[in-house]
Amino acid sequence: MARTSTTPPATAAEPGTTPGLRLAGLTKVLGGRTIVDDLTLGIAPGEMVSLLGPSGCGKTTTLRLIAGFLHPDAGRVEVDGADITDLGPERRPSAMVFQNYALWPHMTISKNVAFPLKVAKVPRAEIARRVAEVLELVGLSHHAGSRPAHISGGEQQRAALARALVQRPKLLLLDEPLSNLDAKLRVRVREEIRDIQQRLGITTVLVTHDQEEALSVSDRVAVMNEGRIEQVSTPAELYRAPATSFVAGFIGSSNTLAALDLGEGEPGVTWVVRPEDVRIDPSGMPGVVRRVLPHGHYAEVSITVRDTDLRAFVTGAAPEPGEEVGVRIVRALRYRDGRLEDAHVEVPA
Amino acid sequence: MAAGTTRRSTGGTILLTVLVLLVAVFILGPLLWLAVHAFATRWRYPNLLPDGLTLDWWRVVFAEPELFGAMQNTLFFAPVTVLLSAVICLPAAYAFSRFSFPGRRLFLIGLFATNAFPKMGLFVAMATVFYGLRLMETALGIVIVHVIGTVVFMTWIPAAAFSSVPRSLEEAARDAGAGRLRVFLTVTLPLALPGILVAAVMSFLASFDEAQGTYLVGAPSYMTMPTEMYSLVLNYPKQVAAVFAILLSIPSVVLLLLTRRYIMGGHLAEGFQIR
Repeated sequence: MARTSTTPPATAAEPGTTPGLRLAGLTKVLGGRTIVDDLTLGIAPGEMVSLLGPSGCGKTTTLRLIAGFLHPDAGRVEVDGADITDLGPERRPSAMVFQNYALWPHMTISKNVAFPLKVAKVPRAEIARRVAEVLELVGLSHHAGSRPAHISGGEQQRAALARALVQRPKLLLLDEPLSNLDAKLRVRVREEIRDIQQRLGITTVLVTHDQEEALSVSDRVAVMNEGRIEQVSTPAELYRAPATSFVAGFIGSSNTLAALDLGEGEPGVTWVVRPEDVRIDPSGMPGVVRRVLPHGHYAEVSITVRDTDLRAFVTGAAPEPGEEVGVRIVRALRYRDGRLEDAHVEVPA
Repeated sequence: MAAGTTRRSTGGTILLTVLVLLVAVFILGPLLWLAVHAFATRWRYPNLLPDGLTLDWWRVVFAEPELFGAMQNTLFFAPVTVLLSAVICLPAAYAFSRFSFPGRRLFLIGLFATNAFPKMGLFVAMATVFYGLRLMETALGIVIVHVIGTVVFMTWIPAAAFSSVPRSLEEAARDAGAGRLRVFLTVTLPLALPGILVAAVMSFLASFDEAQGTYLVGAPSYMTMPTEMYSLVLNYPKQVAAVFAILLSIPSVVLLLLTRRYIMGGHLAEGFQIR
């Protein structure tokens, strides 16, 4: 029942009254394949929700359905209770930051940012004021006159964000906005985006395949697989109690076992054990250390127990490869037919 | 060993220099011959220098009504051809690049097919149709012949230019609130402009140089510079032909220089990396 318990109250409300974004039974078939399959999701005003999943899970298609670049084969998209399913992208209250930023190379940064306001026939003086304001917000004032090709990737990313924010959209859509940045910059820019999003209180959908990114900046994360949402939860809940064995395998690292004693087990039941819940203990099951990967303050240790490889996170002194050790599982999650049955099974010594 | 390499490279340098000089003589020689003749009273073999210099031949070209009329005709047909060709072909180019429709490839290849056969055969067939439509010896007939000759440039090159504009740039403009036409005018067209200008230059030159079809359809009512060139060589002193040839090559040179300056080196190239 983990699935229903994590469904936000927004989806339960009647259509036409719900503030924020509401996707209802959204379905999209492309080239004979169902890319998005009867997807329902509600996002509260000011909330930041990530669509997380492996490539091909339908998360980008979902975002393009929200933005209006695609028309769903079934279902509705509502913003603040208004049905926008049949509106073109230019008439939707959403603004998107594209994966490759999609800045127009023949315009300066300030012209890029001013474009949505010019199209909306905002008076000239107000355009100048709002463009200056938003460039200040993203820290790009000194590059107002530069062309996109002459600024760095991180700056282009912020220019694209400015172009979206200047429209004061009801909905901010981010399509893998950090995937073209190097690792260090990615962490910094994602914190900046989260900071701006919270300050402006703007409803945001972030599409990403990077679970660390999703877990670190979102209020809630929707894990997608094969066009469906497997689970929508807060990042902490997602890690603590993954609703399906797919989510358990996708979020964090884990060992999936048929039985806790590594024997036959009962049919339909699988166990998921987090590496931090696998302890090295002389009184446990005998095993042999295969591999040790030091990660700084902890080491990832692969141990073979009864022909099964177990992954363990060991803090302090790590064993040597080839060493014989005892292994004990202290806590596990139990799944029956792929669904969570018990999120906290304590294993007695 | 080192000496051997040096000697061989010295020999290579000499060979290269000779080759470059030969090519230069081959290309520049006739041009020089033209230039000298255009200003010479008389220049006969074996004299190294012309007998005297004069501007008379230029005066003849501009005073002779037939020759001046041919220049006027050419300067009328070339721009009209480019404009009409752009109006007809650019929407087609956009469609080829952005939409997939049945027969798309067939149409694209078909455009090439008109250039795959000897032109004269095509023109004779066209003349038959033109007689029926009373288009022989009309300006419209000549424009049609010229436009047909430019269709390949005006479709293929701009289609490639439109295709090189990433769709996400258009989507971003839609997302920012712009309708389809506005997106085309503010994003797609400016970014495809270098390709379109190259196509326009090539079409202009194609129309400027077109002789066979123009002669067949237009002569003798409408003579252009290339068609006048035929009778010029036979009926005037060769100095007049030289002046005319120089006039005929001016647009090519000017347009090539402009292309280099504004398209290959300008900011338009930035989005394309075509420098």
